[in-house]
Amino acid sequence: MEATIRSTCTQVRRDIINMTAAAGCGHPGGSLSVVEALVALYYEKMNIDPQNPKMEDRDRFVLSKGHAAPALYAVLGERGFFSTEEFKDFRQYGSFLQGHPDMKRCPGVDASTGSLGQGISIAAGMALGAKAQGKSYQVYTIIGDGESQEGLVWEACMAAAHYKLDNLTVILDNNGLQIDGSNDEVMSLGDVGAKFAAFGMDVVPVANGNDYDEVLAALNKPHTPGKPKLIWMKTTKGKGVSFMENQVGWHGKAPNAEQRDQALAEMVE
Amino acid sequence: MEKKATRVAYGEYLAKIGHENEKLVVLDADLAGATMTQYFKKEHPSRFFDCGIAEANMVDLAAGMSTTGLTPFCSTFAVFAGRCFDQIRNSVCYPKLNVKFGFTHAGITLGEDGGSHQAVEDIALMRALPNMTVFVPCDANETERCVDAALAINGPVYIRLARLPSPIFEMDMPFTVGKVNVLREGTENVVLLCCGVMVSECLAAAEILAEKGKNVTVVNAHTLKPFDNEGVQELAKKFKHIYTVEEHSVIGGLGDAAAAAMVNMDGVKLTKLGINDEFGQSGKPADLLRAYKLDAQSIAERVLADF
Repeated sequence: MEATIRSTCTQVRRDIINMTAAAGCGHPGGSLSVVEALVALYYEKMNIDPQNPKMEDRDRFVLSKGHAAPALYAVLGERGFFSTEEFKDFRQYGSFLQGHPDMKRCPGVDASTGSLGQGISIAAGMALGAKAQGKSYQVYTIIGDGESQEGLVWEACMAAAHYKLDNLTVILDNNGLQIDGSNDEVMSLGDVGAKFAAFGMDVVPVANGNDYDEVLAALNKPHTPGKPKLIWMKTTKGKGVSFMENQVGWHGKAPNAEQRDQALAEMVE
Repeated sequence: MEKKATRVAYGEYLAKIGHENEKLVVLDADLAGATMTQYFKKEHPSRFFDCGIAEANMVDLAAGMSTTGLTPFCSTFAVFAGRCFDQIRNSVCYPKLNVKFGFTHAGITLGEDGGSHQAVEDIALMRALPNMTVFVPCDANETERCVDAALAINGPVYIRLARLPSPIFEMDMPFTVGKVNVLREGTENVVLLCCGVMVSECLAAAEILAEKGKNVTVVNAHTLKPFDNEGVQELAKKFKHIYTVEEHSVIGGLGDAAAAAMVNMDGVKLTKLGINDEFGQSGKPADLLRAYKLDAQSIAERVLADF
């Protein structure tokens, strides 16, 4: 990993902490776990133009786990889709940085999400639309592990396999925690990799989804022709903030000023 | 009079306009033979997408496809408007995506399959959604006008369609989105304001009433949203007593739309005829219409009783 990418990931984490602290609410835990994946997508992988967010044949990204909006906004802002000055208004009246991503308001957001399970299905629809029109762009989506308890996730995978969507990459953010506890306490996912494989996904495991190079290598691995790809990345919820890591309580709680400062103090190069 | 179900007209018309509109794609959930999207499938196989028995996924696939510049029409039974309500709400209406819904087998005239399959609440659900337009065509020709109108709207549209073959009206039927259509103007202070398959029942009821010397007005409200508040207010001013007649619950449908339009008016009366907050059941459509007092004879008797 280049030093600039490392510092970008750190800056995105700082943005997430500042954004949620300023709003006094939001979802820092699951935002911090997807930082490397989002930076890899928006800085290296995707064909996009921050000056022309609606560029016709751009690659598409759908944040299916829409509550990780602070991570997406941080990356879009740092990448130049809009001013990082907007961060301070996250979740405030009149801001296009809504509590969950809103494609009608926020530059660079390709789909409105937040109701879990829907984003992966929308992404599959984008990939199907691309195929139907002979377009070669790629579609990426990040889903949560708790989100994978939604039946719609599996309906979407079934359809993606049926329609041979090898232009679709689903990234599973497997941080192991959800609102009410661990996945295993709330609703066991079992052998989730085997389940996705059984639904026709080409499963690419990533042992550490917070290791930038590992995530990028998985993204760079070519699709098996005729199969949608699912990158099953193990991540750490709250990654980068010692007192948030692997703590259920930081799913949907913002740091106070003191906690913010402590978190930021840990995030220096 | 020639009869054709609005679902058949819908399927045939989609297949026809598919030749002119290359952006048109059709999605179904294993019901193409019932919703009649099979005609489109046959003529445009590369633009027809069966989603299997997974209605929620169908709606979100359509949402995604619409963002790539396509115009998707989704079809299934109207009763599943509830099943995929969250997808219609959050993935289509919230971002105002250009997705159309042609949902068939609405109301009790679905018949023998029974109450589990007879949507009596779909209009209420769809009317409640911001950005949604709601059409209930009364015959084959009006179904085509609704599809044309849906294509001209850049946003979500719900078209409620019937299984039951119904008369194709020979009379001139102008169609303007959001405007009620007077089909028969009478002399009594009575308007039958109706939509969908109830239009033919109301016209027949008006004939029965005419034989009894009572000439009533019949008005077709094909657009449930945006609703023609002004048109209904004018009717109420002129004729005083409006009966809404719908093959839908009296909660949240045409009756409530008319009630909202008339709520601040003095000296006018509204009677809501429809499904009285209950589910349907199995039976032949004609038997069910009689049982729920939505056939021409029952409507006429109900109106006569008020004279």
